[in-house]
Amino acid sequence: MEISDPQEMEGLRSELQKAGVFVTTMEFIYNWGRSSSIWPLQFGLACCAIEMICTAGARFDLARFGAEVFRPSPRQADLMIVSGTVTKKMAPQVVRLYNQMPEPKYVITMGACAISGGPFKQGYNVLKGVDRFIPVDVHIPGCPPRPEALIHALVTLQKKISAQTTLPREQGDVSNRAYDKGDQHYPVPQLGAHDIVPPFNPEVWHPEPVRRDS
Amino acid sequence: MNIARLLKQFPGVRSEDGASLVLPRELALQVAECLKNDPEFKLDYCSNVTGVDYPDRIEKSKAADGSETSKKIPGFLETVYHLYSIENKQGPLAIRVRTADRTNTRVPSLTPIWRAAELQEREAYDLFGIHYIGHPDLRRILMWDDFEDHPMRKDYQEPDDYHYEPTPHDEVLEKARKHYGAA
Repeated sequence: MEISDPQEMEGLRSELQKAGVFVTTMEFIYNWGRSSSIWPLQFGLACCAIEMICTAGARFDLARFGAEVFRPSPRQADLMIVSGTVTKKMAPQVVRLYNQMPEPKYVITMGACAISGGPFKQGYNVLKGVDRFIPVDVHIPGCPPRPEALIHALVTLQKKISAQTTLPREQGDVSNRAYDKGDQHYPVPQLGAHDIVPPFNPEVWHPEPVRRDS
Repeated sequence: MNIARLLKQFPGVRSEDGASLVLPRELALQVAECLKNDPEFKLDYCSNVTGVDYPDRIEKSKAADGSETSKKIPGFLETVYHLYSIENKQGPLAIRVRTADRTNTRVPSLTPIWRAAELQEREAYDLFGIHYIGHPDLRRILMWDDFEDHPMRKDYQEPDDYHYEPTPHDEVLEKARKHYGAA
């Protein structure tokens, strides 16, 4: 028997539970394991990093959510928390670190600077949002965001991971990027004479057109 | 501090506003050495080095008969040092050295006198393009090596790479108009 409708699946599961039979799926266990043991990359860029460190400390205790193992190497990490201002000089290194992380990998941008440049938006030296070069899963607003906000972002990411499918239901329907054919490497920007080249990656960044009346 | 004595000793040094000294380029090193070592000054602590950009400007003047004449006054760059004396518990004294114009931007480096000026002169070189002759290691410090502009100059054109807020005004409105076109 093959059940493809998730609602039907859920109904069957609760019916069987009443009879004392517990069923689950491989995918659920697999995603539970992945989402409960996220290893972030250990790097901080500005004052948001202080809040991130605080979140990992005893008071807020990120270990409760299984994400306390900060890895000093991108090869062992699966979450990049971009905590702080990304200067144009730093942007190539951030993209390179992202490229060096193994799939499946996720990105949280922490704070106004990482999202959009924040208070430095109209300056000459700050990247106006890391989503110009790498795909971002969760944005946290704030300047800096409180530790609770970072925990909320982590839980949001866990939900996102839990909703990913691993086994293809239909041909080509795999939302876990680790099983995609494509290699998730993004071109590293170069430091040019006046700006970084290119200023953004058109494959990644699709800004909403700004509508102005005047 | 007896500035009058210094002005007498080094003709060419001027005190325009009573609070700071404007040093001619060729005298800067001598005067700086005197300020550091003379027992009366002993300005042994250089707390701040920065730059100022004075762009070219046009001065209009009205003659007695009502005709207007305009005169172009060439701009220049200026480097400012703030000095204190830890030993004599005095300061600050600001000294200023000006470049010939905005293209020939050479001034003598005062790093040989105050070692603390080394990194800050590099910063002024990076952001203003002031060339300090005699600096031991003059390279960019904040921007990358291949960067060609000097962002703190008044005529710096920043890359047009950001979204504008929905209600821009003043200078930002001008930029936004340019960015989005006339439509």
